[in-house]
Amino acid sequence: MTYFCGNVKGSVSGVRVTTRSTAARRFFLSKTHSYSKHGGSVPREPCIISQGPQWPLAPSAGLQAPQCFGLPANPRGPPARADSTFKVTMVPGDGVGPELMTAVKEVFKAGDVPVEFEEFHLSEVQNMASEEKLDQVLTSMKINKVAIKGKIHTPMEYKGELASYEMRLRRKLDLFANVVHVNSLPGYSTRHNNLDLVIIREQTEGEYSSLEHESVKGVIECLKIITREKSRRIAKFAFDYATKKGRNKVTAVHKANIMKLGDGLFLQSCAEVAELYPKIKYENMIIDNCCMQLVQNPYQFDVLVMPNLYGNIIDNLAAGLVGGAGVVPGESYSAEYAVFETGARHPFAQAVGRNIANPTAMLLSAANMLRHLNLEYHSHMVSEAVKRVIKQGKVRTRDLGGYSTTGDFLRAVVDNLRYRPTY
Amino acid sequence: MAATHPALLLSGKVLKPILCGQFANRLKAFGTALSGRRERSTYTGQIIPPPAKYGGRHTVTLIPGDGIGPELLNHVREVFRFSCVPVDFEVVNVNSALTTEDDINNAITAIRRNGVALKGNIETNHTLPPSHKSRNNLLRTSLDLYANVMHCQSLPGVQTRHKNIDIIIIRENTEGEYSSLEHESVSGVVESLKIITRLNSLRIADYAFRLAREKGRRRVTAVHKANIMKLADGLFLQCCKEVAAGYPDITFDSMIVDNTTMQLVSKPQQFDVMVMPNLYGNVVSNVCAGLVGGPGLVPGANYGRDYAVFETATRNTGKSIADRNIANPTAMLLASCLMLDHLKLHDSASMIRNAVLTTMNETRLHTADIGGQGTTSEHKDDASLFSKAEDRRERLCESIGKSYLVISVTQLCSSQQYPL
Repeated sequence: MTYFCGNVKGSVSGVRVTTRSTAARRFFLSKTHSYSKHGGSVPREPCIISQGPQWPLAPSAGLQAPQCFGLPANPRGPPARADSTFKVTMVPGDGVGPELMTAVKEVFKAGDVPVEFEEFHLSEVQNMASEEKLDQVLTSMKINKVAIKGKIHTPMEYKGELASYEMRLRRKLDLFANVVHVNSLPGYSTRHNNLDLVIIREQTEGEYSSLEHESVKGVIECLKIITREKSRRIAKFAFDYATKKGRNKVTAVHKANIMKLGDGLFLQSCAEVAELYPKIKYENMIIDNCCMQLVQNPYQFDVLVMPNLYGNIIDNLAAGLVGGAGVVPGESYSAEYAVFETGARHPFAQAVGRNIANPTAMLLSAANMLRHLNLEYHSHMVSEAVKRVIKQGKVRTRDLGGYSTTGDFLRAVVDNLRYRPTY
Repeated sequence: MAATHPALLLSGKVLKPILCGQFANRLKAFGTALSGRRERSTYTGQIIPPPAKYGGRHTVTLIPGDGIGPELLNHVREVFRFSCVPVDFEVVNVNSALTTEDDINNAITAIRRNGVALKGNIETNHTLPPSHKSRNNLLRTSLDLYANVMHCQSLPGVQTRHKNIDIIIIRENTEGEYSSLEHESVSGVVESLKIITRLNSLRIADYAFRLAREKGRRRVTAVHKANIMKLADGLFLQCCKEVAAGYPDITFDSMIVDNTTMQLVSKPQQFDVMVMPNLYGNVVSNVCAGLVGGPGLVPGANYGRDYAVFETATRNTGKSIADRNIANPTAMLLASCLMLDHLKLHDSASMIRNAVLTTMNETRLHTADIGGQGTTSEHKDDASLFSKAEDRRERLCESIGKSYLVISVTQLCSSQQYPL
């Protein structure tokens, strides 16, 4: 295992070490086979015994671990993140995205948050999108596992490519679950107060499959894809989320009365997964009714789970209930990666450079990211500061009915970062 | 009797479809009737959704159990927090005092959802009626965790009679004497059924050989009592032989269980990998744990096809030393490392493991079970002299990295101010 020794590049910064050891780890994992005492090859597949009978044998759990215990010498160098600085990929995107990212960076700097950003500007409208750029983002994501991202605007006109960069990023990373936690901000009153609901959306298939074609001239077919595997996966995600956050009801939103097979499969998958969670109540509701109920009596909902397009609509609707796109954080998950963004994804291009964007959503999202990175303390610090500023009501951006600028808001947040209540 | 034995061996090859197939099927029907029912009632689909891992964070079921279980698992959680391990725990309490099986069914469903569990032992009350089954056993059979693996290795800094012990024990975990099939046929006569099936024996034997090959081991020893139980243990031995034929690079031999225990305490270095049915495994693993320093040091793992449960190897409840801050957390911490390895978080696993082994070198920090001085309550106030489990944990975290300690202490302080 001498490969790792000559690779330090003379860098003493902790971050470099992190990157190196992660790369080294990946390399090491690919070399696991030669790790045994004999150095012989290790079969992954179960062996069929020549003479005995054949019986069904699946690759058993527990045989993948390269070592049992012991081995005090670690051949992979120091473990990742030993210096406790976390590296996060940042994709500012379009519109006010870069401004919001500056806000996040400022607050993190003021709060001494041990996070460093790796910035990538990827934009379709500013002529800054290319395969190469996308690959850079993906490579960075594969090492960092966590990203914070603004909206990458997708032009409506068709230029020969059906899938937007936003969609391609999502598919490449398999970010199947989008979570939007709609929570009323104390101190800012809307028509419905004390709202607390979670919207979980499948975001890799359904109407967003990018499969469209003109079968006959003047007839376009757009394919909506629902698969059992992905439906079960998102349903399980929703129930796991509910379990983790101590919630007690999951509602599946669908249109199975019209799309009996497509949405029917989604609904059936949800019902099957619900059996694994006897303590969580399971219900379903048709999308149109759900929209009406959300504006009439949103308090009946707890966790909602739905396919792609419905999720898109409900996300925006629910964000509107508590104050708009500027205040609701969101996050996307795959098995490996997590991307933190705003709940309702809009570039808000008309506000660019006017210093009026509301950074609340992105800051709360960044706080969620810190929690995901095990930085509970810093997460709490940032989110409490933002919530205090909103609650005091003195500094408010224009979308919440105030006259303050983004800069004023940020200064107020930074002032509140070190606030400690006295008892 | 001499005629029966070869006949069975013969039937294994030639008459298998007629004789042995029926034999095995019938026994299988007895042995797994329970788990079969449980399977159907909870989950019917073909595609099992992937375990709960989102954004690189895993969810693991945590069953604190009784006795020292809760405190040991608290140490694990604290160490995980200190070392920023991306694992969240779903705590499922199982109350051993209740006679209903709701609690344990909950726990089983939780493991089905998450795929992996870390568990303390659940106490089994012997005075309850026979219908009250061991919760631990129920959990293993329902999830079909067929392989119990325990790696007994001499640890640095622990004084034992034997040095250089390195034995892997693989124990069949779901059938044999633990079939929970007992009845009183005539008043005063109790029959307890020991079930050995061809399928499960082949499965465990193959597991043993595959593990041996993966770890680069040279020899597999089957432990049995086929001189008395000619059919049952004979079948087990026969299955091991059949599997051994597929692994020409690994030497196979067998040893009778009574002799094995004697050999273990006199010359344990002769053993490499051992494979055995359920009860013998129980006995032998306890002997081996004793050889390397006791129940507080050796981690254990139960693997099935889909699920894995990690606990201490000897599954002690430790009621007598509970809540006295003297339980040795080594076994549970190493078990958590095995779990991290299973989750492919090898970096975190080796970090914690190295920290544990480094801490082992400091005699000052030894707990009472391995000859440390932190014994009774009369010394308890003198924390600087006598090692307590808490003290060990602190030191452990220190060796993981000072920076974590600082961060976590600030986190601790602030979380008291702001209850999260």
